[in-house]
Parts: sequence; structure tokens; C-alpha cells
Amino acid sequence: MSDSKDFVAVLDSDARKTPRRIAFITKRSSPQIHVKDEDRVMTYPEVFFRAAVAIEVMTIALIIVALVWDAPLEGLADPMHTPNPAKAPWYFLGLQELLHYFPPVVAGVLIPGLVVMALIVIPYFKINVEAEGLWLRDKSRRLRIFGIVVAVFCVFLAIFDVWVALVPTLIVAGFMLLAAQTNVQTAQGFRRWLVRKPLSFWVMTWFLLELVVLTAIGTFFRGPGWSWVLPWRA
Amino acid sequence: MADSLDNLVNQVRENRIWRSIFRSGSGDSNLRRSLFVQQNVFLHLFSIKARKRVLEFSATWYLGALTFGTFLILVITGILLMLYYHPSVPQAYADMKDLQYVVSSGVFLRNLHRWSAHAMVFLVFAHMFKVFYRGAYRTPREFNWIIGVVLLLVTLLLSYTGYLLPWDQLAYWAVTVGSNIASAVPLIGAKMRFLMLGGTAVNANALLRFYVLHCVILPVAAVLFIAVHFWRIRKDGGIYPGESVPEVSNK
Repeated sequence: MSDSKDFVAVLDSDARKTPRRIAFITKRSSPQIHVKDEDRVMTYPEVFFRAAVAIEVMTIALIIVALVWDAPLEGLADPMHTPNPAKAPWYFLGLQELLHYFPPVVAGVLIPGLVVMALIVIPYFKINVEAEGLWLRDKSRRLRIFGIVVAVFCVFLAIFDVWVALVPTLIVAGFMLLAAQTNVQTAQGFRRWLVRKPLSFWVMTWFLLELVVLTAIGTFFRGPGWSWVLPWRA
Repeated sequence: MADSLDNLVNQVRENRIWRSIFRSGSGDSNLRRSLFVQQNVFLHLFSIKARKRVLEFSATWYLGALTFGTFLILVITGILLMLYYHPSVPQAYADMKDLQYVVSSGVFLRNLHRWSAHAMVFLVFAHMFKVFYRGAYRTPREFNWIIGVVLLLVTLLLSYTGYLLPWDQLAYWAVTVGSNIASAVPLIGAKMRFLMLGGTAVNANALLRFYVLHCVILPVAAVLFIAVHFWRIRKDGGIYPGESVPEVSNK
């Protein structure tokens, strides 16, 4: 650097006053750039073309389905003759299954209301934004809380005889315990994948499993008087 | 042949009338491709460029696009079905029989509408779970997630109101089961059910209400929310690339 002092180091964030600035890179701040300039393509035609092909393939599949299988049509609506069982559309059969165990205000209002509320607030809760594995920190305390929550919930389900919801809960709890027993340093494959999952993953997976199991039971395994039937016997 | 076809296409694109409608012009430049999107009131909901990575099948499984695809099929088949349908008792059921035996391709139309409706409900759920597991709901995309939840509810209501329209035993009792749940709401349950059905039981009034909801109010709501949903993708920085470390864990 030349002897004549052609710059003075000042602390100023106003670019109009002090247009030339030097960045001092200390040990703590890394000069690494986080945002990469990555490959981009034009929306037209690339994205539209791909979306159109995807939609066309699906349309062809649906047309084939529509040509092969007829939509159900039963006899004229008759308020005097209740079919047994009277079933809601398939996406509500999980709720109808719960209606079998709980009073309507719980199964029909409280539970769906809570589900919708829970879905809406997902992005605003820190536990959903964290990506750290559930058991990687503070493990013994978390295990205690986990044990109490699962035990209370299972007793609650058992009191109401909701075994169909209890089984998925136990399956997810089992996988959570498996993750808790996994050593993060040495684990490989599936268990390595499992141990890194945050709490939000476990809650959502539990919800997904309950949704699938309850809907499948309501759709395929329920017959007259909401009793158990096998789908191939019906 | 191919050359002369290209010339013809270009001549049409350079034509004064064509240019007065579509301003993007001719030629194979990225400028023209940008203008094609930007100068179109519908397409400009989308960004001009997209990250190459998010176009891979594994990133989204194209579930959002496919959901929109089923919606398009449902609008087209739905409008055609409306031409043959009277929302009255018992004519509605007779119209189903007419679709089956009188209208050409009537059965096919109804089948396609019904199966596409089931597919749409399934795809909306699948899209939601895929978005969740990728973590794409995180900042700045929170509000688009909420619009997505609204669209899920609109889709369920669309499917549910459509369920009654054939006026057969299946439709009648499915809607009866559903409307009985509505009356379980504390205090206002009975009033809500009355408002929903236009009476104390599922009858001709309920059919008309469900028809208006199914063919006018809910589709309009769906179109508006879909538009905002698409536009927010652009405003929130494109489809979630899924690489960034979430801000909270950086602390």
C-alpha cells in the first residue's frame, strides 16, 4: 500500500456518504457465500411443457378409468328406507369411524376443528420450523415427557375402546423409541434417517397414519350396524 | 416443409392483428419467452424463470400441477353435465338415468367427473403432505400454506356438495349422515343445519342449495384461491428449492 493515506477507515453504513468500503474478514465471519447462483430455466416453454405433459398423462389415466369402471348409481333417494350402513363419502369415513366411539360433538366438531386449526398454525410454530432430530438434544427429559404423553393418550383411547386409533399410535411411538435408541454417530441406512427426524415429522406421520388407517377401516371393514366385515365377504 | 411452417408461424406472429393481442412477438429469444409469460394476464401469475432443480420429479411429484389438472377436467365435464341436469326432485335422478341411456357419452362424462373428483381430493391431501415433509411451508411461505388449507376445505366441500346431486340412495344418505354431524355443533348446530339444508331434512331445497354451492359459489371461490395460491409461489421466491438450512437452527 502507498505511503500517502488515500483512505480513512470509518464505521459508517451509509453508502452515499462513504461509497468505498472495506470488508474485514475476521475468524468468526466467514467469507463463504450462502446464496448460490443456480441453474434456471425459462418458465415458457420448459415449466409449462412439463406441467402439461404431467396433466395429459393423468388425464389419459383418468379417461381409461372412466371407460372401464362406471360411477355408482343406486335407486332413487328414499327417505323411508335407510340403507345399513349409511356411509358418508370416503374422505369423511375416518370421522364416521370416530363417531362410532365418541359423542358427535367430539368426533364431528371438536376433532375436525382441532385438525383444521392445527394445520393452519403449522408454519407459525417453532417446533415445525426446527429441523433438528428430536432425540439429539436433552434426550432424557424429552423421553420422560414423551412417555407421559403417550401413556395418557393411550389410556384415554383404551377407555373409549378406540383400538383402531391406538394401534397406529403405538406403531409411531415404537419407531420414535427406536430412533431414541439409535446412536447418531454409528447408525446406518434407515435408522440413520430415522434419528434425524424432528418432532414435527413424528406428529405429522402419526396424523397421516391415523388418517389412512381410520379411512381404510371405515371404507372397507365396516358393514351393517357398523360391525366388522371383511371387504371380500361383503 | 418444416421451414415453411416456421415461416408461416412467424408471419402470423408478426401480423398486426396478432401483435395487437399477443405482444411477445416472434423469434427464439429469452426476451420473447419472458414476454410470453409476463404480458399474459393469466400466465403472469407465474415467475418468468424457475430453478432447474425444482422441476425434477422427486422435488414435487408434480402433485400441485396434477391437482390443478383434475380441477380443469372437473370444470369441463361439470359444465357439460350441467347441460343435462335439473336440480329438482325427482327429475335429478331421472337425468342420471338419461345420462346412462339417452345422452351420447353420458355415462363416460359422469364417470370421468366422478373419478376425477375422487382423484382431486386424494391429490390435494397428497400435495399437502408432500409440501409438509419437504418443509416448504416455512418462512416466507406460511401464508401460502394457509391458502392451501383453505383450498383443501373448498375441495372437500365441492366434493361433498356434488355427492348429493345424483339424488340416489347413496347420495341421500351420505349427505344425511354429514348434515347430522353439523347439528352436533353446540348452540348453533340446529340453525346451521337448517341453513345448510334449507329445511329440517334433506329435501328438494337442500338439493337446490347444494347445486348452487357446487356449480357457482364453491368453484368461484376455488378459482380465486387457486389464483392467489399460484401468484404467491412467485411472490415467495418460486417453488421451494429445499436446500436452505432453516433460519432458526442457524442461531
